[in-house]
Amino acid sequence: MDSAPLTLGQTLRLGLIGLFVFFGIWLLLPTAGLVPPSFLPSPIAVAERVATLTTEPFAGATLPAHIAYSFTRFIAGFALAALIGIPLGLMMGWFRLVDEIVSPIFDGLRFIAPIAWVPFAALWFGTGIGGPVMIIFAGAFPPCVINAYRGARQVDRRLVEAAEMLGTGHFRMIVDILLPASVPSLVAGLRVAAGLGWQSLVGAELIVASTGVGFMMVQAQANVATSTVMAGMVAIGIVGLAIDMALRWTEASIRRHRGLDG
Amino acid sequence: MGSIRFEGVGKVFGNARTGFKALDDVSLAIGEKEFVAIVGPSGCGKTTCLRMVAGFEGVSAGKVLVNDRPVVRPGADRAVVFQQFALFPWKTVRQNIEFGLRNKRIGKDQRDHLVAGSLKLMSLESHGDAYPHQLSGGMQQRVAIARAYVLDPDVLLMDEPFGALDAQTRVVMQEELVRLARVNPRTVLFITHAVEEAVYLADRVAIMSRRPGTIKEIIDVKTVRLAERWDGHERIEDVMDLESFVHLRTRIWKSLREEKAEIGH
Repeated sequence: MDSAPLTLGQTLRLGLIGLFVFFGIWLLLPTAGLVPPSFLPSPIAVAERVATLTTEPFAGATLPAHIAYSFTRFIAGFALAALIGIPLGLMMGWFRLVDEIVSPIFDGLRFIAPIAWVPFAALWFGTGIGGPVMIIFAGAFPPCVINAYRGARQVDRRLVEAAEMLGTGHFRMIVDILLPASVPSLVAGLRVAAGLGWQSLVGAELIVASTGVGFMMVQAQANVATSTVMAGMVAIGIVGLAIDMALRWTEASIRRHRGLDG
Repeated sequence: MGSIRFEGVGKVFGNARTGFKALDDVSLAIGEKEFVAIVGPSGCGKTTCLRMVAGFEGVSAGKVLVNDRPVVRPGADRAVVFQQFALFPWKTVRQNIEFGLRNKRIGKDQRDHLVAGSLKLMSLESHGDAYPHQLSGGMQQRVAIARAYVLDPDVLLMDEPFGALDAQTRVVMQEELVRLARVNPRTVLFITHAVEEAVYLADRVAIMSRRPGTIKEIIDVKTVRLAERWDGHERIEDVMDLESFVHLRTRIWKSLREEKAEIGH
């Protein structure tokens, strides 16, 4: 095995080769008449469709408006998961008693996939905003808890002792030591949570919503508008990537600030 | 204020069946403003002694007293300087030094005044706003010493504080500590495995035996230092060249060597 690290140029070139081959085959199949365009529209057709959808509504709204609906739901579910999950995870990691009480319930619930909450969410909320938010929450909550838990467990013992000998009380120990010491773990958790939350969201919208990218895609499927379905997929991919990049950047800048990476 | 007393202290780690005895019948009295170094082979439990005074570890037998009161929990009256510095990486130098003062609910003006003073004392004036990872090891340890000193603690506990530093920085820090001890004398319990460091810094050197650790011998350095006027020499290497220094160092070395030889039995 060749284990020498690649230069930036090499990485870029290899990535471009991959993209080129991928789009090449995708372009070739429909344009050469190997598959009908209604089965697989060409990348150009999809790009055109994305462009059209920015001005022309489909399923009640333009693509940016659908994205905005989806994103609002995502933020609501994600924020809820972070606001409940992070404190819970930190307390579980810090206080043995909380860990003992909460862990059995949590370990049982977290194996229910976000998508498995869909029928339940539909019963509770119908197509209201609560359903998708609940499902995003189901996707984003476990990684928030688990990473906060891990962060709290991995707080450098020496820093806790240093704070103790400086006469630090319980409250300040949590706010000024536990919390900042766990920040790298918390942000890593938020990144995983955002990914899972965003993925779950679209699943949720396929069933329990009347707006959003997922809803648009189901409507397009019913009309056999393949290019619109694929335009939705492109939008999901791009927004997901943007969320991940934003959080990755945050994570990297925190680590740099702490002197954790060179 | 500032006496430390070990009275027949024992320490067993783990449970009675599988545990091991780390310390056995340790007795040592450290007077007010006295500087005592404990030297011993690695794993003899010297750090455990310090951790018991700090309140990080309980005793299995006997008593550890500070100002004649048993140690119950960690507290700012017993400041610790750790080998690995243990500075808060998300706080600036200034905030690190200020941390304990805030716990004492000292007002901002007074805090700023104290922090400025200790930055000056440790030659850190130009690094107040730096983060620990931006500083060298020696600088980081200065911050840790400042953080401990600024609290005006009854006793100062130093756990191999210069063990992680390179040889040159180490010498500078040793000289600094002697200077600091003169300006602002404290009761100090200093743990080290470096014999020269112990002889140079301490009033008395306690030699510990191999596990289970106990105090095997206490060497009075202060009397010799005063009689031979070590303080007349500014540089550490000049002191270390003196016959009286070499003599004490060799004596402690021999005592430690006996400990090492015993492993063979």
